[in-house]
Amino acid sequence: MKLLVCICKTPDTTAKISFTNDNTQFDTNNVSFIMNPTDEWYALVRAIEVKEQLGGTVTVITVGQKDLDQIVRKALAIGADNAVRVNAEPTDAYFVAKQIAAHAQGENYDLIFTGKETIDYNGFMVGGMLAELLDLPFVSLANHMEIEGNTATVSRDIEGGVEKLTVDTPFVVSAQKGMAEQRIPNMRGIMMARRKPLKVVEPVAAASLISTKVYELPPERKSVKLVDPENPAELVRLLHEEAKVI
Amino acid sequence: MSVLVYVDHIKGTVKKGTYEAVNYAAKVAESLGGKEVIALALGTTNNDSLAALGTYGASKVLTVNDAAFDTFDSRPIAKVIAEAASANAAEVVVFSHNSSGKALAPRVAVRLEAGLITGASSVPSGDDFTVRRSVFSGKAFADYTINSAIKVLSVNPNSFPLEEGEGTASVEAFSTSVGAGDFKVKVLEVSRSTDTVPLPEAELVVSAGRGLKGPENWGMVEDLATILGATTACSRPVADVGWRPHHEHVGQTGVTVQPNLYIAIGISGAIQHLAGVNNSKVIVVINKDPEAPFFKAADYGIVGDAFEVVPKLIEALKEFKNS
Repeated sequence: MKLLVCICKTPDTTAKISFTNDNTQFDTNNVSFIMNPTDEWYALVRAIEVKEQLGGTVTVITVGQKDLDQIVRKALAIGADNAVRVNAEPTDAYFVAKQIAAHAQGENYDLIFTGKETIDYNGFMVGGMLAELLDLPFVSLANHMEIEGNTATVSRDIEGGVEKLTVDTPFVVSAQKGMAEQRIPNMRGIMMARRKPLKVVEPVAAASLISTKVYELPPERKSVKLVDPENPAELVRLLHEEAKVI
Repeated sequence: MSVLVYVDHIKGTVKKGTYEAVNYAAKVAESLGGKEVIALALGTTNNDSLAALGTYGASKVLTVNDAAFDTFDSRPIAKVIAEAASANAAEVVVFSHNSSGKALAPRVAVRLEAGLITGASSVPSGDDFTVRRSVFSGKAFADYTINSAIKVLSVNPNSFPLEEGEGTASVEAFSTSVGAGDFKVKVLEVSRSTDTVPLPEAELVVSAGRGLKGPENWGMVEDLATILGATTACSRPVADVGWRPHHEHVGQTGVTVQPNLYIAIGISGAIQHLAGVNNSKVIVVINKDPEAPFFKAADYGIVGDAFEVVPKLIEALKEFKNS
């Protein structure tokens, strides 16, 4: 199986979110970046498991500048075989999907993984766009996947339930909780990662179809109104009369 | 010129998110100077419930009455949507930001070379078509503009109150080049709990965490949810140890909710959990630890032992419901 995993960086889950340049840019000062958790825990690890079971190679691809190399090395340490970094600052999801599609065309991957969403821009966009650019089926929000021969049986989350389906390779899958368990790279993996190939390629031309105008932090919540634990009826009254939610 | 909306339905029963999307499309159409709102419903549907989309703002519903479309496969479905968009000169295509919309909207955007904004929480405004959405897992908002002629938007569930008016939509068949042979995804089974509103769409959510000490203590959480008509949820540690099913896990790596009311019982309020609930309109926290960080994000709080407070709260709600 020839497997491709799309990864990207996101701010650490505990990062303080603030903006700069008249609130038009995310302020990266004092922010540490990590591999997007759904990419790492679910997409990458499941791809490595598939390779362990069926043989093949796992390639990771990312779109970004040199600072992403440490995140790519971590993916290699966890168990990917080689990596591609498209050397460009991502502008929007379409730009990113175009770069990945440009690489994937002609490589004939059997299976392409993404995380279900990034935890910064929460777009749920790259996987579906990539699938369309490559004219492949797309199974989104997958929480379980087994492969036999060239047929995958996948469960995906739908509102209030689960859908179970089969699809033949090649296809694009977006992975979420349930697909795999997080793996911590061991020392041997970290050592080996240094020698694994990381190819840097230049971007293809792609339009940016959306632009960010301005960011805004939500208004500070008013401080909490505490209710006497002996008198929950007061809470019911407040929810009904003041908040008007019940 | 038109605004096209994708109708998401379960065996002909239109989903609430679709009503929201039709409402939204009507507002978009109005802001563009009164375009026609056309809905597209695929598979086995029911003409009466489609005609009723008129009350939410659609003037016409296009149908493809082919049972092949009764199961979900984003590739052929996106093709039909793009065909309908082109045939009706759609300037904007609208989806609900749910499990179907998340798979379809990106595909349709690529087919139409359209800019896409997912999870929109505002109606487009201004000449530059500015749309707001939540980013950084609810820790901020971003205003985006779309640079392309055709635009694709998906509407965040439960972000707009439903508005019903007068009117009946006409229902017409749409002829497509896409058919059963284009389906590559074979759906084996769909299991859905039918008795409660799914978490992402829920208006009221009762959630509990490790403070409940064990799965055997969830009875009172379920009782509270039942009396409110709320959906139950949980924190990550609780799902991880198997006290509750994974689909109830709310947070950064779980489900994101945007209810009118979120009641958190025995959840400390780790930042990853808050990321999933930041868009709730009102948050109530019940926790015995007054230092629990969740109180900083709450509108109302009770510092007390959940095992004492929750039964009293249930009694108080019973009285309220009976009065």
